[in-house]
Amino acid sequence: MTDDRPIDARIDSADREGLTGTARSSVYEPAREPEDVTVPPDQRPMAEQPRWRRDFAIDWPEDNFIARRDFAKFLVLTSGAFVAGQAWIAAKSLLRKTHPAPTRQKIGSLAALQVGTATMFAYPTASDPCLLIRTRDGKLLAYSQKCTHLSCAVVPAIDQGLILCPCHDGVFDLATGRNLAGPPPRPLPAIELEVDGDDIYATGVKERTV
Amino acid sequence: MTRRPQRQLSRTQRMTVVTGVLCFVLILVVLQLWLLTATMNAYLGGDDGVVWPALGASAACLLLNVGLLGYLFKR
Repeated sequence: MTDDRPIDARIDSADREGLTGTARSSVYEPAREPEDVTVPPDQRPMAEQPRWRRDFAIDWPEDNFIARRDFAKFLVLTSGAFVAGQAWIAAKSLLRKTHPAPTRQKIGSLAALQVGTATMFAYPTASDPCLLIRTRDGKLLAYSQKCTHLSCAVVPAIDQGLILCPCHDGVFDLATGRNLAGPPPRPLPAIELEVDGDDIYATGVKERTV
Repeated sequence: MTRRPQRQLSRTQRMTVVTGVLCFVLILVVLQLWLLTATMNAYLGGDDGVVWPALGASAACLLLNVGLLGYLFKR
């Protein structure tokens, strides 16, 4: 059987795209994304599907989308936890302001502390160990004994002019208490001293960030 | 006044959006972590001046994160 229809004259013209078999390639582009293969059993769009079906996708692209969205949710929860931490610090800061200032307290005597030696005392409470140091030139220095890294007990090396933390090799300057090396992030809190005759008094604690 | 209907994004476009938002949220969370460590260091060093501004900045980051997450769940 032969086709007796005449050949369309436009087949060799510039306007031939409208003819069957000569259409632009874009006409045949799929209406959906190539990787969009999720078709729920009831054929309704995903937005109308129950929550469990949307959360447990059956194809990888949708699964990736859900996994990343849920990871973002986890990050936002972490963000909330950080704000809670900041609020906790702020509350502690408010509470600290209500605490009374440390009182003047006798911690030793000059006669009992030889030049080039150190002794321990507790200030302002019994659970705050401190070091009282008398340097070679007779100067009195006092610092908290808790390392500012992880609260290990620091040890004075008076001849080297250093205070050392044996736990993680932290090094502080003996004269100023500043952190010189190792992991400690801050100087040692300095104890303010007063000498009255032969007696040595602690009058306050000076915490510092640099 | 009529509201313009929201344009339906293709899956590839949605993945780009979710990845972008995820990166932004991640940067904000890292910023908050830095704020927390810096504030803790200042507080332990006896400096209370930075505590409240840092709390405000961290809360602003959280609000931004919640907004971005809300946008992500509408997509």
